[in-house]
Amino acid sequence: MRDLLSLREIDVADIRLVLETAASFREILTRSVKKVPTLRGRSVVTLFYEPSTRTRTSFELAAKYMSAEAVNIAVAQSSITKGESLKDTLRTLQALTADCIVIRHGSSGAARMAAEMTDRPVINAGDGRHEHPTQALLDALTIWDHKVVGRIDDTYPGALAGERSFDLSNLTVAIVGDVAHSRVARSNAWGLTRLGASVRWVGPRTLIPADSESLPVSVHTDLREGLEGADVVMVLRLQTERQELGLLPSLREYARVWGVNAAALRFARPDVLVLHPGPMNRGVEIAADVADGVGGIRAAIEQQVTNGVAVRMACLYLLMGTPGAAALES
Amino acid sequence: MDGEEMRRAVTRIAHEVVEKNRGAEALAVVGIQRRGAPLADRLARLIGQIEGVEVPVGKLDVTLYRDDYLERRPAAGATEMAFDIAGRSIVLVDEVFFTGRTARAAISALMDYGRPASVQLAVLVDRGHRELPIRPDYVGKNLPTSRTEHVEVRLVEVDGEDAVTIRKP
Repeated sequence: MRDLLSLREIDVADIRLVLETAASFREILTRSVKKVPTLRGRSVVTLFYEPSTRTRTSFELAAKYMSAEAVNIAVAQSSITKGESLKDTLRTLQALTADCIVIRHGSSGAARMAAEMTDRPVINAGDGRHEHPTQALLDALTIWDHKVVGRIDDTYPGALAGERSFDLSNLTVAIVGDVAHSRVARSNAWGLTRLGASVRWVGPRTLIPADSESLPVSVHTDLREGLEGADVVMVLRLQTERQELGLLPSLREYARVWGVNAAALRFARPDVLVLHPGPMNRGVEIAADVADGVGGIRAAIEQQVTNGVAVRMACLYLLMGTPGAAALES
Repeated sequence: MDGEEMRRAVTRIAHEVVEKNRGAEALAVVGIQRRGAPLADRLARLIGQIEGVEVPVGKLDVTLYRDDYLERRPAAGATEMAFDIAGRSIVLVDEVFFTGRTARAAISALMDYGRPASVQLAVLVDRGHRELPIRPDYVGKNLPTSRTEHVEVRLVEVDGEDAVTIRKP
């Protein structure tokens, strides 16, 4: 694994390796001094062409906890606004001796293009509607924590394969909402199914991608049917700006028909886990009591954020080694 | 070295630790992952039996502190340090002492948890070839080896048997 661009393409053994590494790195986040010297002297550049708070901060903290230098390029204040191309920006970063480039871009495929233009490891932090692999990895880690490690018993064969196998067999994950514009939904479709889970895409017909038949998911255009028996419900942010494109009649109607609230969750399993990649529109795609996990609802939205730091530490750790020295010591 | 020799060596180290520290007050034993951890459990149990006290035990993974990670990029393990190390005398435990780089990494890692009163090093086997000015305080067995030989320590907890063998290249 030289870059992390997409969960569709990387080996399932590498997915498990990142998750195992991230799980062991979480211990660092509990220390009073959250710093290990592993990546001392290395530099990570986060190049974000789209606004982001949690993903960018998460990568920066991950780099700093590993003792790497982290530099953020805010596109609005950079030469990019003077018309510099992505290619030239990447060449400049390479010349500035950046050791790893984390990129978010509004165009699908931008991360791959970046990886082809530079010999430094590139991590895709979200490209258009394509993929957001580190988000899907942190989702998988959170699901593992709650649905497998949290209930190891004889009735749960996935748990018996060994605590570190990251086998999500027998789990059904319903991804609900604006799937069409969601790179999170796409990365999760590949990541979770490759770990053994069944993935459903649930949403109004206008917000389901046209190519969903070519992905390993089932599509449901009825919320109740989509949530029926689900172990995990992942609520997607409704990109309210899409409303202007005529894809939704109104936010109020969307909230009434597609909003995930306590009543809707009754169709899922009683121990259903609720996830949301954030930022949330409370009262639109997710009810406030569901987001806060009140009334016996299990929501792990904050834990997703914490796991995000660990996953990004693991990705930086695994990608910034010397190329060609990939042999892992047992 | 067979299981019986290993048991005697660890017992002797336990007595030496008690003697040097004049008891087990404010003592803690920390095993370096992976095979140092079960050895630390054994050592702490023996010290506890000798002194009639419970000795705290920790596990330390030093992967992230090694200076050769970029060449090897090894998998990281778990660290468990359920007690405050500040002011304690810490006995670090490893199975083999070789170049001293693991011990150096372990000392750095330990310092990130606080400021211990002292750090001592106990190893089951000292095979020589040190590259740093670090020397173990307690040695189960000195085992002169050539650089190309490989010392393999097997433990019941990890490998199902207790044994130390030298493998020729």
